[in-house]
Parts: sequence; structure tokens; C-alpha cells
Amino acid sequence: MAKPEAALDPTSAPADRPGAVAAAEQRVFVASQWQLIWWRFRKHKVAVASAFVVAGFYLVVLGADFLAYSNPDVSEAQRSLMPPQRVYWFDGGRFGPYVHAFKGARDPQTFKRVYRADPGEKIPIRFFVDGFEYRFLGLFPMTRHLIGVDGGRDAAKTIFLLGTDVQGRDLWSRLMYGTRISLTIGLCGVTMSLILGVVLGGLSGFYGGSIDTLIQRVIEILRSIPTIPLWMGLAAALPRDWSILQVYFAITVIISLLAWTELARVVRGRFLALREEDFVVSARLVGCSQMRTIFVHMVPSFMSHIIAATTLALPAMIVSETSLSFLGLGLRPPAISWGVLLQQAQNVQTVAISPWLMLPAVPVIIAVIAFNFLGDGLRDAADPYGR
Amino acid sequence: MLAYIGRRALLAVFTVWAISVLSFVIIQLPPGDFVTSYIAQMATMGSVVTDEEAQNLRIQYGLGQPIYVQYFKWMRLIGQGNFGMSMEWRRPVTEVIGDRLWMTVVVSVAALFLTWVLALPIGIYSAVRQYSAGDYIATLVGFIGLAVPNFLLALVLLYLGFTLFNANIGGLFSVEFQDVPWSSARAWDLIKHLPIPAMILGLAGTAQQIRIMRANLLDELRKPYVVTARSKGLPESTVVLKYPVRVALNPFASTIGYTLPYIVSGSIIVSIVLGLPTVGPLLLKALVSQDMFLAGTIVLMLGVMTVIGTLISDILLVWVDPRIRLEDT
Repeated sequence: MAKPEAALDPTSAPADRPGAVAAAEQRVFVASQWQLIWWRFRKHKVAVASAFVVAGFYLVVLGADFLAYSNPDVSEAQRSLMPPQRVYWFDGGRFGPYVHAFKGARDPQTFKRVYRADPGEKIPIRFFVDGFEYRFLGLFPMTRHLIGVDGGRDAAKTIFLLGTDVQGRDLWSRLMYGTRISLTIGLCGVTMSLILGVVLGGLSGFYGGSIDTLIQRVIEILRSIPTIPLWMGLAAALPRDWSILQVYFAITVIISLLAWTELARVVRGRFLALREEDFVVSARLVGCSQMRTIFVHMVPSFMSHIIAATTLALPAMIVSETSLSFLGLGLRPPAISWGVLLQQAQNVQTVAISPWLMLPAVPVIIAVIAFNFLGDGLRDAADPYGR
Repeated sequence: MLAYIGRRALLAVFTVWAISVLSFVIIQLPPGDFVTSYIAQMATMGSVVTDEEAQNLRIQYGLGQPIYVQYFKWMRLIGQGNFGMSMEWRRPVTEVIGDRLWMTVVVSVAALFLTWVLALPIGIYSAVRQYSAGDYIATLVGFIGLAVPNFLLALVLLYLGFTLFNANIGGLFSVEFQDVPWSSARAWDLIKHLPIPAMILGLAGTAQQIRIMRANLLDELRKPYVVTARSKGLPESTVVLKYPVRVALNPFASTIGYTLPYIVSGSIIVSIVLGLPTVGPLLLKALVSQDMFLAGTIVLMLGVMTVIGTLISDILLVWVDPRIRLEDT
């Protein structure tokens, strides 16, 4: 670290004022590790933007029922496969979003239901309206929703921002609930992999020797097995009569069982690097117990690496759940996840007629890209002393 | 070198053993045993399995004995080339799988090949013309390739092919070649159908390889020997291609071991979406109908083939890169 201020640039101090530069340097020297990490992370603009996207996704997770405007489980044969409605933002020059009501009719030749917007009938979109009942954050009973229509319980007069599925359920609302499940399953899975990875990687790196060799071989074996067939096999063996919650946790366990290896590798590498550092050796010499050496002295110094590796592991989890559910082996309806929603888009003919069924792919792709960029930025920032 | 190969082979044997245990677990997991489901299956077909027959079947498969005995029995049957019966198809498992296993190999190898053919020149270009428009495009496409799950990509391409060109891009054979014996015309038809599935499967791998190649080559290009070569007046193409690219290739080659399981995994889902005649759709069907002998055998075979492929690539790698021999002894 020859010139930390050049790499970090904590302030935008103009170069023609030497005092300011010195002050900036001072700040770098006294900054804590987390401050340094933050300064470095801030420079990675795409990662910062991705952090906002990820935060947005988790806001959706928290407020899924508030953002949804119709009950995701209520089906209605009369409005099967409705295309997304166009939203008109201004009504007579003033802001007042509305949609045109859809009139459904059966095509006399193909017997398919076709929908036509009726320009004569405007359905205004209202904000903070009463709708179906839910529990906000699972605690407080509420009926308020961000958007909706007057008399939202009337099936004929409602909005379908993203259209409906075969059973006439509103895709937007289902997408909100799907986001909740898909993103939390990723979090649970990653937590479980994290525990496995830190414990096994830590054992491997801290003790070395035969334990290390054994764990490394196990990791090598796991990494050379094609995972998807295995997941499919394990997931298919789950009893059919399990409840949504049981299946949810079983799937989490399955995808995390095979995903901990990368985390273990990172943790082991960090342990190996730190084991011989002066502060660890002195901690040991002073007589700290092993637990204390590991958790008080070593873990905080590579916490940032673990966070970065965890973020990078999340997209793989999300994709795994989505693929399994897409194949019908993961979460099963009535559970809603991105994979379950995409299951309806499995058939080309269906997709060709109602392309909006492919829309749940969009959040999957955005989430995966955002997590990847965020993880990339965190990984670069995790070691603020390097380069 | 022999010691290295020996150790790799030993590890491969252990891996195969681990895979066999996992496949066995998959076969064992569903409630009831093979014979109860077989009897149920036969009952729906209208035929009755006598108690004596059931007893014989149980003895043949060693059911009712401790799990590890059953495992060894299963292993011994496999050693004799008997993978059990598929309950759904009521034919030996090997017969049901038939050509499909080789189709999986063909598709995976094609994807691996395409990965290399694309990643190598693009990676070199990205490194040599760092921060050029081409480099940014390659990085962007690479990121998207890494981020988009390949089954979604398959779905989108299928949809585009269907709506824009009114063509079905799925399958590996044209209709007239679907069920005819092998001939050169059929092989050519297969080759013509390969690029799209290979591209879908290989995209994520390609993206990763481009990034690895780019990073490695950038590291090499900054080294003094490159400056020396350039100052000697060697043409730029020689400066880049003759030494740095060769050095940068080695870490690149070593990723093949991780790419192969990934591609084989991906081929399962992509085959289901695109309707390719690989083991993928068969595995899904077997799992859904709890045809566990078929499913377990497919998982076992896929695993073993991946291990063999990885082993071959390991051996090739030592042969190409002498440094590995020294490092690992």
C-alpha cells in the first residue's frame, strides 16, 4: 500500500490545496476497516446501483401483499389469459391513471376467449385503496393496498397490469408473492450454506493436516458431480403430501447442501492466509482460547470476504430454485415462486399465444444480474488494503 | 506425472463411489419398495402379480435385507450389466436409455467445443483491445450470459424462433430423420441441429472463460518479456500469440473440469425445454412417475461420464502444462 489515498480517494479534495490533501490522508490513516471498504465500494458505480436494485427487491419481499392489488389465489374462469392492460397516465390533461375495461367474448370459430379494450369504460386506478385482507409483515391485519380500483372486490371491474394466467389469476399480484418466496428461499439457502461453509472451511483452514485433506477431497468430489440431476432426484423423492412449508425447507436444504463448497473454499483460503499473521499468533500466545482466537480475532478481519462470497452465491440459489420449480420438482402450487410462475410458460404454443406469461423471467434476470454486480463490487471492496 | 495421474484416478474412483451411493439413496428415498410399486403398476395394467412372483422379485433385489446389503446387491447387478427394470416402460433400463445417453454426450461435447472456439478469440481480443467498444460488448454479453439461466434462454429463443421465423428450433433431428437408422445423412442432420442447443448450453461457460482468458492475458501482457519481444521489433501478432497466449491458456484449460459437470447439468433442463432426445426428458419423466431404477441409473451414468470426462481433461492438462506436475508432487 504505497499510496492509499490514490486508491481510495475518500474525499474530492482539490490537489492545489495541500492542507486538504493532508487532511484527506489523515482520514485514510485513521479510518476503520469498514470505512475503507465503504469508500472503495462507493467507487464501483454499477455495484452501488445494483445495491439499490437488490434493496428494492427486498422491499417487495416485505411489502408483497401491499403491492399486490388482488388476491393471488383467487381464480376466475371469466378472465382467463387476459393480456396486460395499457395504462393511460393522464385523464383530460391532469394526472389520473386509468385503464380501459376489457370485454371478453368467445371467438365463434376457435372458441378461444378474446378480450377487447372498451374505450368507453374507464377504470380509474386509485392509490391506497381497500382491497383483500392480509397481514402486513405477517403481524398487522390490513386491507390497504398501494394501488387498486374503487370497490376492488368486484371481479368484473379490476385491473390487470401484467395480464392473467390460465386460471384468471392476476399475474402482477402473483409476481409480488413469487418474489417473496423466491428471494427468501435464496436467503435461507445461503444462510445454511454459510453455516456449513464457515464451519467446514474454517476447520479445514484452521487445523490443516488430514482434516484439511479430507474436507478438500469431499469438496472436490461434490464439485465434479453434475448437480441438477441430483437435485432433481432428491426433490422428486419428497413426499407428495408434504405441506408448502415442509417442501420449502426441504428444497432449501437440498440446494444449500451442494452449494456450500464455494463458501468453504473462500473461508479456508482466508484462514490459511491469516493463520500466520502476527496478531493471530500473539492472540494465541497471550492464551486466548481457540474459540476466542477464531471468533474475536480472525472472523472480523475476513467478514467482508464472507459477505461478498455470500452475495455471489445468492443468484445461483435463486436460479436453482427457479429451475427446480420450473420442472415441477421444486415448490408446487399453491405455493407461488418465480419458478412456479414460469411453469406456465413451459409450452411454446402457450407462450406464442400469451407471451406475457414469460414476464416472470424478467425479475429473475434482473435479480441475478444485480446480485452478481453487487457481489463483484463487494468482493473488490472486501480487501481495501490491496492494490 | 504418473503419480499425479494415479492420484487423480483414485479421486475419480472415490467420486464414482460417492455418486453410486447418492444414486442409491435416490432410488431408496420414496416410500415403499420397488416391488410394491411394481405390483401397483401391474394392477393398474390389469394383471396380477402372484405372491410367489413378488417373493422372487424381492429375493432378486435383496429387499428386506439391511440397506448396505441391498447396495452391494445393486452394485453387483450393475457389475453384470443389469441396471434393473424400468417400471414405467417395463423394459430393462439400459434398453430404455439406449441412444439417449450418447446424445447427451454429443450435445455436451458440442457445447464444450463451442465454448472454447468462441471464448478463446474473444478473450484474446478483449485483453489486447482493453476498454475498446468490442471489449465492453464482450463484457456485457458475457455478464448477461452468466446471469440468464440457460433454460430461460432456451425458452426465449424458442419463442423468437416460433414467432419470427415460424420455425421450431427444438429437437436434434428433422422429422424425416426422427426414427430411422443411422446414416451419414442422419449424422449431418444432427450436426445441423447442434449449434443452437450447444450455444444455449455453452453461453454461461463461454462468458466465464472469456473473463478468465482476459484477466490472465492482461496479467501476462504487462510482464517484461512481452516488452522485450516488442522492443526487438517482433510483429504484434507474434508478440501476443506466441508466448503470452500460450501461458494464459493453462489456467484457462484447467477450468474444463468444472465446466463439464455444469454443462451436463444444464443439458438436462435445456433438453426438457427444447425437446432434445437426451436423457434429460427421460429423467424428468422417470422422477415424476417415481420410476426410481431408471432415474437412479441415469444419475449414476451421468455422474460417471462426467467423472471420466474430467479425468481425461486432467490428464490432458498435465500433458500440456509441465508446471502442474511439479506443483502437486
